[in-house]
Amino acid sequence: MLSPQIIDLLIKGLIDTLQMVAVSGAIGTLIGLPIGVMLAVTGRGELLQNFAFNKVMGAVVNMTRSTPFIILVVAIIPFTRLIAGTSIGTNAAIVPLTVAAAPFIARVVENAVREVDRGLVEAAQAMGATPFQIIRKVLLPEALPGIVAGLTLSAVSLIGYSAMVGAVGGGGLGDLGIRYGYQRFLPEVMLAVVIVLIVLVQIVQSTGDLIARRVNKRNLKS
Amino acid sequence: MITLTNIHKTYAARGGGASVHALADIDLSIGRGEVFGIIGRSGAGKSTLLRTVNLLESPSSGSVTVDGVEMTTLSAAELRKARHSIGMIFQHFNLLSSRTVFDNVALPLELAGMAGAEIRKTVEPLLDLVGLADKRDRYPAELSGGQKQRVGIARALASKPKVLLSDEATSALDPETTTQILHLLADINRRLGLTIVLITHEIAVIKEICHKVAVMENGRVIEQGPVFDIFAHPKHPTTRSFVDPVINRGIPDSLRDRLSHQPGPGSNPVLRITFTGEKATTPVISAISRQLNLDLNIWHGQIDEIQGAPFGTLVVEALGDTAKVEAAIALVKENNLGVEVLGHALPANH
Repeated sequence: MLSPQIIDLLIKGLIDTLQMVAVSGAIGTLIGLPIGVMLAVTGRGELLQNFAFNKVMGAVVNMTRSTPFIILVVAIIPFTRLIAGTSIGTNAAIVPLTVAAAPFIARVVENAVREVDRGLVEAAQAMGATPFQIIRKVLLPEALPGIVAGLTLSAVSLIGYSAMVGAVGGGGLGDLGIRYGYQRFLPEVMLAVVIVLIVLVQIVQSTGDLIARRVNKRNLKS
Repeated sequence: MITLTNIHKTYAARGGGASVHALADIDLSIGRGEVFGIIGRSGAGKSTLLRTVNLLESPSSGSVTVDGVEMTTLSAAELRKARHSIGMIFQHFNLLSSRTVFDNVALPLELAGMAGAEIRKTVEPLLDLVGLADKRDRYPAELSGGQKQRVGIARALASKPKVLLSDEATSALDPETTTQILHLLADINRRLGLTIVLITHEIAVIKEICHKVAVMENGRVIEQGPVFDIFAHPKHPTTRSFVDPVINRGIPDSLRDRLSHQPGPGSNPVLRITFTGEKATTPVISAISRQLNLDLNIWHGQIDEIQGAPFGTLVVEALGDTAKVEAAIALVKENNLGVEVLGHALPANH
């Protein structure tokens, strides 16, 4: 069985992981959601067609998305220091996690918004809606089930990434698994970390699915 | 109420090809309180034409006036304001799946900045009008197609428009529901004096509720006028092809096989006599038989009603010599009825 000290470490690791995922997820959503909406509405033939913005923003998003996360963590260490004052620990890990989360969330939001039927936009235009009203009253509410599903996906990815920042001194469950499970060769710690991560991902996914179903009014039984 | 003058719409082709003419030389004038139908096959440009009325499609050249306002020169903000008085309904309803029936109907009012209490006062009578008061808290996914279109109509009426544009509003509905929706539109037209412009590819829709009709082909209006006139005397072949099936000017196949363009040995001329309006009741057949002693063999006949006026056709084989037949044609014309020689009937055993 696991010793009480290890159990304490597991609980601390879980809390750290939850904190990293929650904070980077929240800030990532604050940044990614508007970018995703802007990417969707500035595309060809869309509400606010703007090639320059779309191309530049798209390129920035792709750049971050195509950098492997572990490289990204190391590459932006100066930026991390600037924001968090240090490059080690849970708070520092939130910076690269957010930098990775925001463009990811932007893309999933963009996809969800693009899925909204063009006819609804046309109907709103025929009613005399402004572009901002169309985004707020039509696109976002109609894309909500897709956005929730996308945010769930993002949260699951973030849990995986948060374990990776453990490798560079980020804290959390990944850190615990590497330092105790791997370097001190305690397979039961490694197993415990994996099980906790699996359960955590399951809970996040199920909760996300539940919320997505709740907000989806498209397939109601009559 | 609505005047379209010399409307052209061209799309620049991608990759430097020839530009595409979606609309050309369109002149239409739609009176206040009229139900005006635009019919054409898919790709004829009717959908683009309908969208020029509220400037969802801006014409390349030409003028669009709605209720005295020139639409093409309005600023974006003025155009949004003008659109409040032009309602629109759609083939696929375009309801927000995330909103209840009530909230869908309330949407245009929210967009216009109306307060909650006032919205309720406006929306509830509309739900009564379209017969959906009991569905107010349902979501679109819980409704049938006909019910969804009723929501669409209520939503279009919410901002008290003067004009209603209908984009194939019944094309996704079954025949029975189509009839109900058309009756609702006709009822709204009468009760609210609303001008309705509708596009359809179904001539039955035109026949059911339109006062006037324009027929479109290849981006042009090829024929337009009061529905009765167009049905009674279609001029363009495309118009005929729309009108023929509904008023069944056709002849049964077994008889058509006997019909020839040229007179043959023992053949008899076949005439189509058209009865329109109050003349539809003229007893011309018995007059011919009596006065000219000419026997008429009736092949096919039908009486129909278009916009409340009777309209009939009768196809007869005239069993007599040329002189008598010509006298018969003259007699029909004297009675101001339409007549044409369809061909010549060869003997049945031919």
